[in-house]
Amino acid sequence: MTKMEPALRIEANAAAREAAPGVERIDVEAVASKAARSAYAQRQKIYPKLAHGTFRNVKWLVMAVTLGIYYMLPWIRWDRGPRLPDQAFLLDFANQRLFFGPFEIWAQELYYITGILIVSAFGLFLVTSVAGRMWCGYTCPQTVWTDLMVVVERFWQGDRNARIRLDKEPWTFEKVWKKGATHLTWMLIGALTGGAFVFYFRDAPTLARELVTGEAPAVAYVFFGLFTFTTYLLGGIAREQVCIYMCPWPRIQSAMFDRDSLLISYRPYRGEPRGAHKKGQSWEGRGDCIDCRACVAVCPMGIDIRDGIQLECIQCALCIDACDEIMTKIDKPRGLIGYDSFRNLDAASHHEREPLRILRPRTIAYSGLIALVLAVMLWAWTSRAQVELSVIQDRNPLFVTLSDGGVRNGFTVKILNKWHQAREFRMRIEGLPSAKLTIVGFDHDDPAIEVQTDTLRALKVYVTVPQSARAGLDSEAKPFVFVVTDTANGSAISRETAFRSAAK
Amino acid sequence: MANKEIDHVTGVETTGHVWDGDLKELNKPLPRWWVYVLYATIVWAIGYWIVYPAWPTLTGYTHGLFGYSQRAEVARSVAEAKASQATYLKAIAETAPAEIDNNPELMQFVLAGGAAQFGQNCAPCHGKGAQGFKGYPNLNDDDWLWGGSIEAIERSIAFGIRSGHKEAHDSAMPRFGLDGILTDAQISDAAEYVLSLSGEAGDKAAADRGAQTFAEQCAPCHGPEGKGTLDLGAPNLTDGIWLYGGRAGDIEESIRTGRGGVMPDWAGKLDPVTVKMLALYVHALGGGK
Repeated sequence: MTKMEPALRIEANAAAREAAPGVERIDVEAVASKAARSAYAQRQKIYPKLAHGTFRNVKWLVMAVTLGIYYMLPWIRWDRGPRLPDQAFLLDFANQRLFFGPFEIWAQELYYITGILIVSAFGLFLVTSVAGRMWCGYTCPQTVWTDLMVVVERFWQGDRNARIRLDKEPWTFEKVWKKGATHLTWMLIGALTGGAFVFYFRDAPTLARELVTGEAPAVAYVFFGLFTFTTYLLGGIAREQVCIYMCPWPRIQSAMFDRDSLLISYRPYRGEPRGAHKKGQSWEGRGDCIDCRACVAVCPMGIDIRDGIQLECIQCALCIDACDEIMTKIDKPRGLIGYDSFRNLDAASHHEREPLRILRPRTIAYSGLIALVLAVMLWAWTSRAQVELSVIQDRNPLFVTLSDGGVRNGFTVKILNKWHQAREFRMRIEGLPSAKLTIVGFDHDDPAIEVQTDTLRALKVYVTVPQSARAGLDSEAKPFVFVVTDTANGSAISRETAFRSAAK
Repeated sequence: MANKEIDHVTGVETTGHVWDGDLKELNKPLPRWWVYVLYATIVWAIGYWIVYPAWPTLTGYTHGLFGYSQRAEVARSVAEAKASQATYLKAIAETAPAEIDNNPELMQFVLAGGAAQFGQNCAPCHGKGAQGFKGYPNLNDDDWLWGGSIEAIERSIAFGIRSGHKEAHDSAMPRFGLDGILTDAQISDAAEYVLSLSGEAGDKAAADRGAQTFAEQCAPCHGPEGKGTLDLGAPNLTDGIWLYGGRAGDIEESIRTGRGGVMPDWAGKLDPVTVKMLALYVHALGGGK
């Protein structure tokens, strides 16, 4: 992009403290930009300055909402009747159930999760192709928690300048307690985060009591500790390094941008040539950028947005706020930095701005795929059976010849009840004339079989074809059907299987 | 090192080694924390040697201060499992078989335990699914040589069949051929007659000739109609179930040799509760009376 050669700058007074009358020029370098980074040098700490403005407010709101959801969700109750957990969001691995409010997913239905993941992935692709790294900039846990950790740092140690000063100081009592308080608060946030994490996997109020009294399962403490530690490490200490070095998404996302994607951009056609602006100096023949470096100072990633789109930029929009504030101060139009597309950045210098094109083959394709997967999932969910039946035939022996010449087959029939109440079922067979059905554990024919809520009941079943009806067994495996009827609503489900006998 | 050489590109000291005339390696020592972790693990390992079994010696091994042993651990787990079974085993020992059969909780334990014991002790002859083989009865069907009630099955398991135990079922079919009681022709005719009892069409004339032999030699045990006698273990000859095969040749061989299969007595090898569990398990296979 437009990386200006030093010679082109109007930078006559590099030592100037003022970028414009009343606007301080901040002494900051884009330490994490690719040009400044060296594989051999230590990481240089970034001291993000507090930004003010629309996007900062949006980000506060997003932080409150996302963290609120994360911390509060396990505590929401949802009555499912007796015998079932009343936690709205519960990943009950022990009992192989996932509960999401009114939805519950059994282990064999995990494809719904696959569907959700596919929709999420395409959703991410769609958002990225329309408006760049929205995920990274606003909602990624790494961004949100880092932002929170910076808030803590700012609370105890002050804003950018105070923090730099504190770091340069020797280890005085003030520095020790300020740093100590910061790290302690980080760990506390980490503990809350780890705590909230384990609550998703076990009844939250019970587990909270168990965690305190030392009765919780070891795995709960392990994950509690792991999440406490990783939140502290990744959000408090590692920060931008996670995005630059560890995360694969920055490498992938460039495949989703095109010339029409909205990206946070510095508009060089308006800003260049940049340089300090003196009182009374004309704006003719120069750009609006007064090189105050406010955009660099607020950047949590330690880059200079004026270098153009770069892998390190998470597009958090804080530089927009910082620049807009300065532009207002120097009485220039806002939007020197803003969301813009490559197409318009290129075209605008020739005064040929084009309207934003949202509908493009790539966005249509992503939307179509999302709609398709959602439709499939909706169809699957609405046609999801509340009662399932499976029939497993005994394999050893396949059949038993009885003393009266009859033939008997054994089956294991499993009835699975997903209703939130116990249900009664009746079982019969079709397709085997005069065959007799015997259910082990029931001493009369056609018994009412009760299956508790959220339970699978396995029944041992014998089917006997008497000698008189053996002529009807015209093949070694004669197909017939198990039918199970729900006595409450009369709905029936059936499973086909086969009756085995010796070849005639 | 007296003359440190600094690489001018990176500002890092080199190791001083040179390859291919100009290639030098940067001296990048391991991070301190990493080295300390390594030292810590070494110290840890020494502690491990002291408290846990570690080194082989000429006569055994060092046992360590904790006295830990995996074998003892297994023994403890087995003892724990046994202890957890104790209440069930006690209940089974004290409860009448019919009552156990009606108690779903006890029956669940019996079926699981019975299946395991069956696999260990019975499956070698009767098969994993108790389906039987030639000479070893199928235990799934309702055809019982010595009775299909839980008590009868329990007795058969405990004392065996012709096992030599004094309470064993020990009646045996005579060796009609080997001992010269019947001629080969008589045996052949009798076999044809036996086949005709279960409705198998064969040599009608031979069967008629065999009827006389059957009435004289076989009916005392198998009954005049060939329905068998439970107390003698004489099988029902009118059903389609043949322990030693249902072809004419198989039946002739049975009459000639008397067969006389043997099942061991298990009372001395298995405890009474296990025998009871096995009886209930076999009874529950579908053919129990």
